[in-house]
Amino acid sequence: MSAPFDLSDDSVVVVIGTGAGGGVLSNELAQKGVSVVALEAGGRHYPEDFINDEWASFVQLAWLDARTTSGDWRVAKDFAGLPAWIVKSVGGTTQHWAGASLRFQEHEWKAKTAYGAVEGASLLDWPIDAAEMDPWYSKAEDKLQVTRTGDRPGLPGSNNYKVFEAGAKALGYQDVHTGRMAISSKENGDRIMCQQTGFCFQGCKWGAKWSAGYHDIEQGEATGNLEVRPQSHVARILHGDDGKVTGVEYFDADGNLQMQKARVVCLAGNSFESPRLLLNSASSMFPDGLANSSGQVGKNYMRHMTGSVYAVFDKPVKMWRGTTMAGIITDESRHDPSRGFVGGYEMETLSLGLPFMAAFLDPGAWGREFTTALDLYENMAGMWLVGEDMPQEKNGVTLSDTKDQYGLPVANVHFDDHPNDIAMRNHAYQQGQAVYDAVGATRTFPTPPYPSTHNLGTNRMSDDASMGVVNRWGQTHDIENLFISDGSQFTTGAAENPTLTIVALAIRQADHLAGELGKGNL
Amino acid sequence: MTQAHGPKGLTRRQLLARATSASASLVVGAGFLASTDAAWAMETTALQPETMATLVQMARDIYPHDQVGDEFYATAVKGYDTEDAAPGIEQGIAKLNAAAQASGHGSYLAMGWERDRVDILRAMEGDAFFQQIRGGLVTGLYNQKAVWPIFGYEGASFEFGGYIDRGFNDINWL
Repeated sequence: MSAPFDLSDDSVVVVIGTGAGGGVLSNELAQKGVSVVALEAGGRHYPEDFINDEWASFVQLAWLDARTTSGDWRVAKDFAGLPAWIVKSVGGTTQHWAGASLRFQEHEWKAKTAYGAVEGASLLDWPIDAAEMDPWYSKAEDKLQVTRTGDRPGLPGSNNYKVFEAGAKALGYQDVHTGRMAISSKENGDRIMCQQTGFCFQGCKWGAKWSAGYHDIEQGEATGNLEVRPQSHVARILHGDDGKVTGVEYFDADGNLQMQKARVVCLAGNSFESPRLLLNSASSMFPDGLANSSGQVGKNYMRHMTGSVYAVFDKPVKMWRGTTMAGIITDESRHDPSRGFVGGYEMETLSLGLPFMAAFLDPGAWGREFTTALDLYENMAGMWLVGEDMPQEKNGVTLSDTKDQYGLPVANVHFDDHPNDIAMRNHAYQQGQAVYDAVGATRTFPTPPYPSTHNLGTNRMSDDASMGVVNRWGQTHDIENLFISDGSQFTTGAAENPTLTIVALAIRQADHLAGELGKGNL
Repeated sequence: MTQAHGPKGLTRRQLLARATSASASLVVGAGFLASTDAAWAMETTALQPETMATLVQMARDIYPHDQVGDEFYATAVKGYDTEDAAPGIEQGIAKLNAAAQASGHGSYLAMGWERDRVDILRAMEGDAFFQQIRGGLVTGLYNQKAVWPIFGYEGASFEFGGYIDRGFNDINWL
């Protein structure tokens, strides 16, 4: 059989979501001859469609369906309906991501062992480790053409990077470079090299940045084994009397409810939508939602410790010119409890255009203290701080009283910072400000976290079925033909940007799944 | 015109015009607003022109950029000049003027010092009206492409081939 597939075809694997997890999984399965129907809530957007304008692009790509928030995080106050800045599009948030592609450090796979007991944190070790993931990381780096891996050179340093590098070196940091990025640093096959255009967050108009939307999805469709159905919003996962899933109900582009049968369902809707869908699929057999006998669905939400430091100088920087994330300092990513917290953080350059700087530098602020910062926008440099946050059982996704356009309860996202997160953020602010002070900053700004782009952990992985939702393959403990394929399966978050790990896990899961399907085990 | 033959003193409109002359915008007639140097002008349809003039000053006081002309602030708030939005704006501005009068000034626009006007705004920053105006300005002011060059921001570069040959690494002072 080849695409398109019939709604009643129960031999297909249904993948929900087409981002770093679902998009890669769909392609990898299709390459192995597995029939796949990928259901994507968003539409198709290609490089020629992307808009080099922050707000216009935001409206084009961001997930703007209703969500609600609670907890002590500032996002719940400043952006109450927008807990995350993620994407609703074929390709998911890989359309928007900056491209940082970092492996976990070895100790981060075993956070509970490495850090010991941390009060209030629900730390666990992953059931897999660095050695097991090494070959899958290599495949992921080759797929994404990650710079500074294989024989791929690094990207050249932009103005924003040069300021950052000079400050890092003046401060004595050792490991500063232009990053391991999924952005082509040389002409290579169908990938043009980076033209230093900026607007990486708005979708790369050159296609120089890897996105599942125009790389994996196109490759998968070319096999004839993958059918992508855009604007298909999954409402419920169905199961039979034997407790195995049988298909999914979804609203198509015209708002009509359809039912696609399935042999296996793989859920990759990001860490809000994936648990929401499991909870919204509750039935008389599974009254607490699918795959939730542990009670862990929606729990242990992690969003990384984040923050930014912007600085103004007495001369121009023009940080918006060139790649949005143009370099990294990794010295602080080690685990060193003498700093007053467990785990570590990365420092990565970042720039925002004037419109987003006005919205995110200090949300809600006004008057001259705020506007004199923007007056020197041209002289501004910036970095993002991203580190491991502590999983806490109380943080997570529950069903809200608010309903979406289909009448389905939306996700409420609750988040309270852990004291470790706060200690790490304060340290990171201090170090980030020191980097810029070392090269003559006249004023620095410790900028609060944006709506989350790294959403992790709401269906976490554990060999212990009472402690997690999925096993080492992302297969749910409760339902053998239901898999989780996105960042929600993360046991802990590590300090690194998560996309490379999501991709590596998806490649590995596809290999396992195709093997099991071939053996008739599913 | 009545004021030419009227009693001593000024009409309300003249008072307002005199008051606004302290700032860069001036009410010049019914439904019409212009800057003192005639660099820009706008008509109002639903809002009183004095209300619009006050709103422009309020916008500048919330996000003051001395190098940004009033026309950009006027553009940022002109969306409130509709039948639907006007009653709420008139009410909010009336409250602003009442607060100004309570502090011994003729009106918000008659307050000569920014710090005095900002005191009024600080006292009402929790109000829905203030937050409506402030929130709207974040995009209304800073997302105007014509404002960007004033801050040095260059906007889209794709159509020029990006910055690979146009100075992405041209910093020379480090």
